[in-house]
Amino acid sequence: MTFPVRIWRGDAGGRFERYEVPRHASQTVLDVVTHVQRHVDPSLAYRYACRVGMCGSCAMTVNGKARWTCRTHVDTVAAGGTLEIAPLNNLPIVRDLVVDMTPFFDKWTAAKGAFVPTATRRDDFARVEPASKERRAIDTTIECIGCGVCYASCDVVGWKPDYLGPAALNRAWTLVNDVRDGAGRSRLRAVAADGGCQACHTHQSCTERCPKHLTPTASIAGLKRRVAGALLKGDL
Amino acid sequence: MRRSDFRAREHSGWWAFLVHRVSGIVLALFLPVHFFVLSQALSRPTRLNDFLAWTRAPGVKLAETLLVLALAAHLAGGVRLLFVEFVGWRANWQKSALAIAAAAALAYALLFALNG
Amino acid sequence: MIEARGDAPIDAAAGARATRAAAWRFVLQRASAAVLAVCVVVHLASIIVAIRGGLSAEAIVARMHANPAWPAFYAVFVVAVAIHAPLGLRAIADEWLGLRGKVTDIALGLVALLLLAGGLYAVASLAG
Repeated sequence: MTFPVRIWRGDAGGRFERYEVPRHASQTVLDVVTHVQRHVDPSLAYRYACRVGMCGSCAMTVNGKARWTCRTHVDTVAAGGTLEIAPLNNLPIVRDLVVDMTPFFDKWTAAKGAFVPTATRRDDFARVEPASKERRAIDTTIECIGCGVCYASCDVVGWKPDYLGPAALNRAWTLVNDVRDGAGRSRLRAVAADGGCQACHTHQSCTERCPKHLTPTASIAGLKRRVAGALLKGDL
Repeated sequence: MRRSDFRAREHSGWWAFLVHRVSGIVLALFLPVHFFVLSQALSRPTRLNDFLAWTRAPGVKLAETLLVLALAAHLAGGVRLLFVEFVGWRANWQKSALAIAAAAALAYALLFALNG
Repeated sequence: MIEARGDAPIDAAAGARATRAAAWRFVLQRASAAVLAVCVVVHLASIIVAIRGGLSAEAIVARMHANPAWPAFYAVFVVAVAIHAPLGLRAIADEWLGLRGKVTDIALGLVALLLLAGGLYAVASLAG
């Protein structure tokens, strides 16, 4: 028994092509894509690595929503009989289902999403209280693996090219709360600029779609509070 | 690059945003008219009274009720946003907060319609 | 890398100023929203009361003259609106119409002034 699948072929100017794919029990969308590439059209380009829901490489747009294809069962999404597989939104298309993640990571850098150390080898280990407000704030959002699903799901990213996006801002939030970090004002400035946290309109598409159930919306709200506080204290 | 379509927007947070933005646009367009009409009170009070009489027509009453609904919805949604941004995030409360905001706005608009 | 766009500042000091301006827009938008939350609740309540009492130009003017708190209240209301509405429209112009930069900001500044002038004139008309 087979079922029809539409897969995006080409770059931004491309189109959907239709394939008939055998239906199996416990079949994932990644299984479908792999079947097409191995048995129907070897020129189909796509990414995956771990295929067990740990690396985030296989993220694609499935029936309009960004998902990890290795963790998306065909039964769950193709109940209506149609399966449409496209590359992630909001990123330049390299070919078929492969997108260029460069802008995603460039914005991570622009948001100062990297730890800035202050200690030297002569200093004692940092003492971070696990139950502290800051550490608990980090705990809820540190597990981001940079898969791009939130970025692809964010309409503000689609409307406003300079918007840093949920993942970069979420990472900045974990660093703002890191008591060892030394970037302080420069990071707050990075996330308060025109394309920064203020551009978030709390659609919550990022939080809705994050496969690790993180809450970038909450992180961005936290950044808004910090930026406002710093501004009013003259620290921005 | 490709962009999201309606299928990515089927969650309550998106609808809340759309209501908030559309109601904001409606109010921004209405306000200059509102200020102009009220300013007629000094120079042409009879014209203002005629206008107020006109507003009792049913079609106008409906438009007014929708305006009041827009204002109440924008207020309720805005208060919810101020809560999320400044008071804090409570994951379990997101949808409840939205429901409360929507209910409050609708209740108020109904009150207005029934009293007019 | 994110390239500087045509009208984006490249030197650090200008960048910091632009960032502070963006942060101020956010703070003003939320502060005016908080003020409006109070004003709108009062306004919505007073609309119901006014309608029940019979709506007419004379009734509105009488109410405004009876207590100087009313014109003061509406003046604050107008100022908050003149801050809040253009900032909201700025986001819409940027995201849905692709309009951003100096010209857009000047246009929105004019909208703010028009709302301020129109609103205060309406208050003055009613308060006599």
